[in-house]
Amino acid sequence: MRLILESGDILEGKHFGAEPKEDVLGEVVFNTSMAGYQEVFSDPSYCDQIVTMTYPLIGSYGISNDDYESLTPSLKAVIVKEHCVTPSHWKNQKSLDQFLIQHNIVGLHSIDTRKLTKLIRERGVMKGIMAGDNIEYLDVKERFKENLPTDQIQRVSSKTHSHFPNHGGERIVMIDFGYKKNILSSLLKRGFDVIVVPWNTTYDEIKNYSPDGIMLSNGPGDPKDIKEVIPTITKLQADYPLFAICMGHQIFALANGADTEKMKFGHRGANHPVHDLENDRVYITSQNHGYAVRESSLSGTDLKLTQINLNDKSVEGLRHKSRPAFSVQYHPEANPGPTDTNFLFDEFLNTVRGNKNA
Amino acid sequence: MPKDNTIKKVLVIGSGPIIIGQAAEFDYSGSQAIESLKEEGVEVILINSNPATIMTDTELADKVYIEPLTTDFIKKIIFQEKPDAVLPTLGGQTGLNLALSLAREGFLEKENVKLLGVNLKTIEEAEDRELFKKLMQRMDIPTPESQTVESLEEAQEFIKKIGFPAIIRPAFTLGGTGGGIAHDDEEYVRIVKSGLKNSPINQVLIEKSIAGYKEIEYEVVRDAKNNCIIVCNMENLDPVGIHTGDSIVVAPSQTLNDQEYQMLRDVSLRIVRELKIEGGCNVQLALDPHSNKFYIIEVNPRVSRSSALASKATGYPIAKISTKIALGMSLDEIINPVTKKTYACFEPALDYCVLKIPRWPFDKFVNANRRLGTQMMATGEVMSIGRNFEESLLKAVRSLEIKRVHLEHEPFYDLNTDELRERILRQDDDRIFYIAHALRAGMTMNEIHTLTKIDYWFLNKINNIVQLENRIKTDELNQSFMQELKEFGFSDYAIAKFKGTDQDSIEKLRTELNVTPVFKMVDTCAAEFESTTPYFYSTYEEEDESFNPSDKAVLVLGSGPIRIGQGVEFDYATVHAIKALKEMGYQALVVNNNPETVSTDFSTSDKLYFEPLHIEDVMNIIKREKPIGVICQFGGQTAINLVDELHRRGVKILGTSKDATDTAEDRDRFEKLLRELDVAQPLGTCVYDLEEAKRKAHDLEYPLMLRPSYVIGGQAMKIVYDESELVDYFLENHEKDQMILMDRYMIGLEAEVDAICDGETVFIPGIMEHIERAGIHSGDSFAVYPPQTITTESQKQMIQITTKIAKALDIRGLINLQFVIKSGKVYVLEVNPRSSRTVPFLSKVTNIPMAQAATKALMGVSLKEQGYFSGLNPESDEVSIKAPVFSFSKLRDVDTALGPEMKSTGEAMGRDIDMQRALGKAFKAAGINIPNCGTILVTLADKHKEETIPMLKKYYYCGFNFLATKGTAEVLKNYDLPVRVVEKIDRADRDLLDEIKEGNVDLIINTISKGKNVETDGFKMRRAAAESGIICLTSLDTANALVKAIEMHTLRILSL
Repeated sequence: MRLILESGDILEGKHFGAEPKEDVLGEVVFNTSMAGYQEVFSDPSYCDQIVTMTYPLIGSYGISNDDYESLTPSLKAVIVKEHCVTPSHWKNQKSLDQFLIQHNIVGLHSIDTRKLTKLIRERGVMKGIMAGDNIEYLDVKERFKENLPTDQIQRVSSKTHSHFPNHGGERIVMIDFGYKKNILSSLLKRGFDVIVVPWNTTYDEIKNYSPDGIMLSNGPGDPKDIKEVIPTITKLQADYPLFAICMGHQIFALANGADTEKMKFGHRGANHPVHDLENDRVYITSQNHGYAVRESSLSGTDLKLTQINLNDKSVEGLRHKSRPAFSVQYHPEANPGPTDTNFLFDEFLNTVRGNKNA
Repeated sequence: MPKDNTIKKVLVIGSGPIIIGQAAEFDYSGSQAIESLKEEGVEVILINSNPATIMTDTELADKVYIEPLTTDFIKKIIFQEKPDAVLPTLGGQTGLNLALSLAREGFLEKENVKLLGVNLKTIEEAEDRELFKKLMQRMDIPTPESQTVESLEEAQEFIKKIGFPAIIRPAFTLGGTGGGIAHDDEEYVRIVKSGLKNSPINQVLIEKSIAGYKEIEYEVVRDAKNNCIIVCNMENLDPVGIHTGDSIVVAPSQTLNDQEYQMLRDVSLRIVRELKIEGGCNVQLALDPHSNKFYIIEVNPRVSRSSALASKATGYPIAKISTKIALGMSLDEIINPVTKKTYACFEPALDYCVLKIPRWPFDKFVNANRRLGTQMMATGEVMSIGRNFEESLLKAVRSLEIKRVHLEHEPFYDLNTDELRERILRQDDDRIFYIAHALRAGMTMNEIHTLTKIDYWFLNKINNIVQLENRIKTDELNQSFMQELKEFGFSDYAIAKFKGTDQDSIEKLRTELNVTPVFKMVDTCAAEFESTTPYFYSTYEEEDESFNPSDKAVLVLGSGPIRIGQGVEFDYATVHAIKALKEMGYQALVVNNNPETVSTDFSTSDKLYFEPLHIEDVMNIIKREKPIGVICQFGGQTAINLVDELHRRGVKILGTSKDATDTAEDRDRFEKLLRELDVAQPLGTCVYDLEEAKRKAHDLEYPLMLRPSYVIGGQAMKIVYDESELVDYFLENHEKDQMILMDRYMIGLEAEVDAICDGETVFIPGIMEHIERAGIHSGDSFAVYPPQTITTESQKQMIQITTKIAKALDIRGLINLQFVIKSGKVYVLEVNPRSSRTVPFLSKVTNIPMAQAATKALMGVSLKEQGYFSGLNPESDEVSIKAPVFSFSKLRDVDTALGPEMKSTGEAMGRDIDMQRALGKAFKAAGINIPNCGTILVTLADKHKEETIPMLKKYYYCGFNFLATKGTAEVLKNYDLPVRVVEKIDRADRDLLDEIKEGNVDLIINTISKGKNVETDGFKMRRAAAESGIICLTSLDTANALVKAIEMHTLRILSL
């Protein structure tokens, strides 16, 4: 089996995981985390993407029941250098191969993942097709012209409202764009009473829950694919304290008149330094995004730039100038990755409480 | 935070001589620190007693003091130089301890000198076991149940509470000197006693054993802004119970899931933040393999061996960054020197697997107790990089240079599973080999796991290697199988072996099948950012990233892991060769596998290949780069050993020809050459078996010096005094058909010369005189420059001989000659057509960059053009002495008596206006305190008794008295020397061992009558001395030198 890229490059590999039932076509991205492949593969933000791990030995500690970020992985396919068929860990339940088969996800191994990573770095994220060994670029060239689906959030977001009760805790309504389990856990751990609602829940529905704060979750794809939620967010931020992560952060920016743009190859990994301009500190963060808020678009809005990526200076954190609302591009809930910015959930708790007592 | 501009001048404290637990890694970190300070415009003053290092080059620091590392000398330097600050965190435990005592006594404060990188409280909280434990308790971080004790009684009380096994860790020691794991009372008492003795504050920590836990390390860097990052985490293949310096280590961790990785990361960061460390710090943790439970083991609040490894494993230069932080800069304003585009404030992402295997000295110390435990015994280490674990493991095995190319050892094939089980349980340096053989013999991974607690993940990988071996035997070697084998790191040699063919045919087949390696870059970021780091490793994949092939490339072979006989001196020469090549406009490529060294700093050469120094791996680089040629004369015997195979493959050897190398090493050809040149050498011959040896020994006359040909550091070299010892020697050392050199052992003055030759001019920077007579390995001798007792006539002879031999061999580059002078006649003992151990010492004391001059000469710039001439360089007025340094307290059951086999691990230097002063410094620098008065235990061989008297009298007049066994005591009495008689070992209730252990002895002078035998009393006494930290001199010449120094430094008493 081979990977054919939009650029015409072909990388040879071997198949593992589920048998491909249809053409495996998707955007090829890479993640540089050295641990936490299970969390990556089960993160709904990777919906429809073909995810390459740059660390070559994947699956070493197997798959455990505790480390899913969502129960049904939604990524398109997995590319690794080597997958471990004999994992070793006290929590191991199954091998990566078994996991992929179970979830009907195709895997490709023995690929020169470093070469692939460099191709993506140099040319930007691009489409790729996993195909049989006898398929050539010209055979699939036309396929690359197809538009990829843009309904990822619709697909990964909850279809129903769910209540995670925490008696006496401040109530948070989390709008689910494809949330990672650990965002929910991080809120529950701090005593919040959490209601998770689908991405397109209306302002009135949310208001009926009498929330003390609003959480906008992470999610896959382009925020502009769900522009229809923007009025809801604008109204919510006027009434409630708000905290937004990743996709939520981008939507928060759009709701305040800023703009987003597609990045060349995004940030995906667990080692990205973020400079907090408010206290002049740097955090190591877990990231997964292909779009970012355009910094120049912030001028004239009510948003203040609070954090930037230390390396490419891209927007990593925003704060509303007059409302108790803030957002980050990265993942303070970690899983996988460093927990340096866990404190943001505490900050949110303080914000919510402060607002409530005000 | 911009850098502190009040700091304009900084004193850097080095780590001193190389000893077990503190090796070349501090040359690397120290050199980086100096460079880093210079980059920031800071004036750098350096003190380090080790002349063999790059860091003590005058080209680096503004001022270099090669002086003993004691507080007195540091104070003197501070008085004279008035630095604004001292940087102590890059000189290992030595540097840190010195800074600690200066800070404690208030000296630094009084002199207004800042302590950079740490503060007193930090060091104490991190290093004092009790304070550290309290801190951990306060922070709610678990530590194993433990208690600090200061006496055996306290220790016995505590063990009743926790039970065996228990770990004993002495406070404030290097590499855990004097510690260990005790499984029963007897062991416990022994180790506690030794621990108390070895700890400078007589304190040990008794700890409940958590052997079997996963041992994990985090390398943390923090700045004053409280930014904190992990450069790398590492997992020991060997679970808790074996010192991490003696463990096989893999980076990043392999068996930790993200929850565990982050849990331990968080704890590490919390500790480093709490301790407010500014710079690099190492945190060691133990993780239960069956739950989330973990313990903190220890924290090293400084740059360490692990940080050198982490720097090489990731490309992130910890020492360099730590230095900038010490100057007040913060991580977010320091550019990542690898990408040059991103900042130092990030956590490196690896896209390869790194493995480290320690290099132990047991090939030299065959009688040592090889069981690995909490006391580190390795002298060095190798690192390898691959895209999978198997590849890294097999590359590392090839790098070790223990005569094993694959994860196998021929004699182990004869062991059955019972024997293998027993061997695995020995927990020694061969364990990984026994495990592979056990798998071959059919032992299950289950059983091996039960025996070793090594994680199944690692065992599965080793098993995969064994399975592939089996497939080689049965399967066709087609393209895809060949590719698979190479991907998993199999050498052509191993494939050939299991296929039952020879290496050349596999190499040929592989070339036909077009299975060739590519080179990948180490870039700190898993290719996420563009990078131009010239740091590469080979693997079998698609894309090759090595850039800029040059038609002016020259490949320099490094010297591999630090071992006894081949230390940092050879890395020094390698680095200088690289410098010279760069200066001449060549593209300098280097191949080496030692993560501790300066040569493997990617900023040293134009391109660094981190690869085994095995012929196949070296050829891969040559095929890729097509260099003009290869330089082999700076990488010690490691590089010399590759000359033949390179030559056979048509590679151009730059410098002295293969033929000349052969002539110097081939007994017959060498003898013939000397006869032609009319140069004398001790009578000798070569033999191939015992019968021949017995016959020829008769003609040569005993005593005889025996050694196998082609060795370095005097491996398996021995002086035999009679036929029975000759027989023993052959039984112990002789491999079938191996040639043994047999020479008459001449007792005389030994001298040594390093010279540079370009084919025309033979330039001799200096002659060194050895203090010890021939018979003690030159590496273990005190060497004096310029000579003090050698006559002008003898020196003239040496110059003539050197010139003749260098020209006759057509040496291009360096040559080293060893001489013995007897009755005014100079004999040649040995000729080494390569860089030697003394090159850095001589370069420093003569101020001639010998390795650079040699490199230029061999590249065709004549010595004349360089300003050198034929003959001896004018001597300097100062006297410089190189003193050997040993690590005996760390090696159990090793005899400390000196002989023709080298035993020292490092060297120190003393330099002053005259011999006596220089001697005093040399002893001090080597860690031998010069006592003012005290008791000397004297036990002498009969033949030495009379000649010793004048020397003992000198000791007596300086203020010493004597203890001696009966025979020696009588001789002393005859000469009116006061002496107390002690009983020989086991002859009475109290014997000389009790005197040593009770601290009644300050110095031991002990000569050996003949043949060394582990059972003898002398051995027991010398071990007791080593374990009690008492200096035991086994050469009368050293003892004589010491008394000279004492005479200089001690005030005598006189009655009226």
